[in-house]
Amino acid sequence: MSTPDFLLKGSTVTVVVLELHQYDSEAFPVQLAERVARAPGLFQGSPVVISLESLPADCGAVDLAAMLQHCRDQGLRPIAFRAVPDGLQEVAAHTGLAVLPPGGGRGRTIEAPPQEPAPDIEVRTEQQPVSAGRPTRTITRPVRSGQQIYAEGGDLIVLAPVSEGAEVLADGNIHIYGPLRGRALAGVHGDATARIFCQHMDAELISVAGHFLLSDALGDTVLRKPAQVALDGDVLSVSAL
Amino acid sequence: MARIIVVTSGKGGVGKTTSSAAIGTGLAQRGHSTVIIDFDVGLRNLDLIMGCERRVVYDFVNVINGEATLNQALIKDKRTEGLFILPASQTRDKDALTEEGVSKVLEELKGRFDYIVCDSPAGIEKGAQMALYFADEAIVVTNPEVSSVRDSDRILGILQSKSLRAREGQDPVKEHLLLTRYNPTRVSAGEMLSVADVEEILAIPLLGVIPESQDVLKASNQGEPVILNVDAQAGQAYSDAVDRLLGEDRAHRFLDEQKQGFLKRLLGGRG
Repeated sequence: MSTPDFLLKGSTVTVVVLELHQYDSEAFPVQLAERVARAPGLFQGSPVVISLESLPADCGAVDLAAMLQHCRDQGLRPIAFRAVPDGLQEVAAHTGLAVLPPGGGRGRTIEAPPQEPAPDIEVRTEQQPVSAGRPTRTITRPVRSGQQIYAEGGDLIVLAPVSEGAEVLADGNIHIYGPLRGRALAGVHGDATARIFCQHMDAELISVAGHFLLSDALGDTVLRKPAQVALDGDVLSVSAL
Repeated sequence: MARIIVVTSGKGGVGKTTSSAAIGTGLAQRGHSTVIIDFDVGLRNLDLIMGCERRVVYDFVNVINGEATLNQALIKDKRTEGLFILPASQTRDKDALTEEGVSKVLEELKGRFDYIVCDSPAGIEKGAQMALYFADEAIVVTNPEVSSVRDSDRILGILQSKSLRAREGQDPVKEHLLLTRYNPTRVSAGEMLSVADVEEILAIPLLGVIPESQDVLKASNQGEPVILNVDAQAGQAYSDAVDRLLGEDRAHRFLDEQKQGFLKRLLGGRG
């Protein structure tokens, strides 16, 4: 079986949202420069989604291309528009940026020093869900020697023994309710927060995000007992549950 | 509808053919018409254990290739009514077993027998995979030692992933554990795994425990299935296993060390 060159995954990232309340081609660059100057480090090279949700319907034509240029001049990296009004759809598409549907209105305002007049721009960070949830794979039959079970993109739950010579892998956490006598590898795509939980730790090998331990390294406090495995910095730690 | 039972193990020399012969004979003794098929093409043994090696004219591969009819190849057992043997070819190899060929022969046998016992070759390659592919039930023969248990675990995995039932998403193959060459004295001495150890690792229902015994070797050499020896513990243990296979409740026997009298020990008698 050949390994694919890539993996398509859903993921949630936090991005800066620039919410446009009105657009004045002269005031905008000045206000933006002021805002960035207050916290230069925060915005340098930062991806930003430009939300047109709060833009009044009668605002007329907005020169989106020029606005993007102003953002780039200040070191921001616009990646997408959100909630583009019908009148601006064509212009938005022309800029080459992605167009996202309206957001859920969540998010919080990044605290900035008190300011005199209400500015045209409000900067908020917001969770932008690209795909909802992680799939969990549940195995109810014993995982036998020579078998390999992989939970792609999520957690793995095994309600039966994992035999010597068997291998269970997950991009997320691994939970094993029968004895673990084989190999268990969590966070195989680099998720260092992934953990392994088992009722009877007798593994040949355990691994989180590429850091592994062999059975010799299991002490009496965890051997054949309920235990969890987590990555602590660069060290894989096994502790009793 | 006929049940297809594979007797398999992964590891060689654990007693698959002895068990196939004993269980096939036991089923026929209880009035179920039974055929035992030797899947060990190239290393046939079943005919020797069944004592019919001089009566082999045509074999399984001849039937698959259309060189003989099933009637010509089936050997009727002389001791047990309703028991037939389909011997393997000694001159061919496992590649002679094709899925279509085996399927065709099994379909024909299903119409004539209640039970079809498939005696698997050792290993996990083609011969073993063909033997288990069409199975409804599997008897996994295991010796109480780690390498045999590991191989049994492996073959259980193959049953779950590569059998026809697994491929077509039907009810899984029904698994039975048959522990052979069990020696309670050596278990007590820590030289062998106990029944509980093996059951814990393999986690499948226990069909029977056959004690290690000279009677088994003697029966093999005489070409007489050990189950016919009603005085031998091994024969009785196989009898119990067949009853359990047919759904009856039988307590497990011969699991504990037997106390030997002082005189018997002095004279070197067997346990």
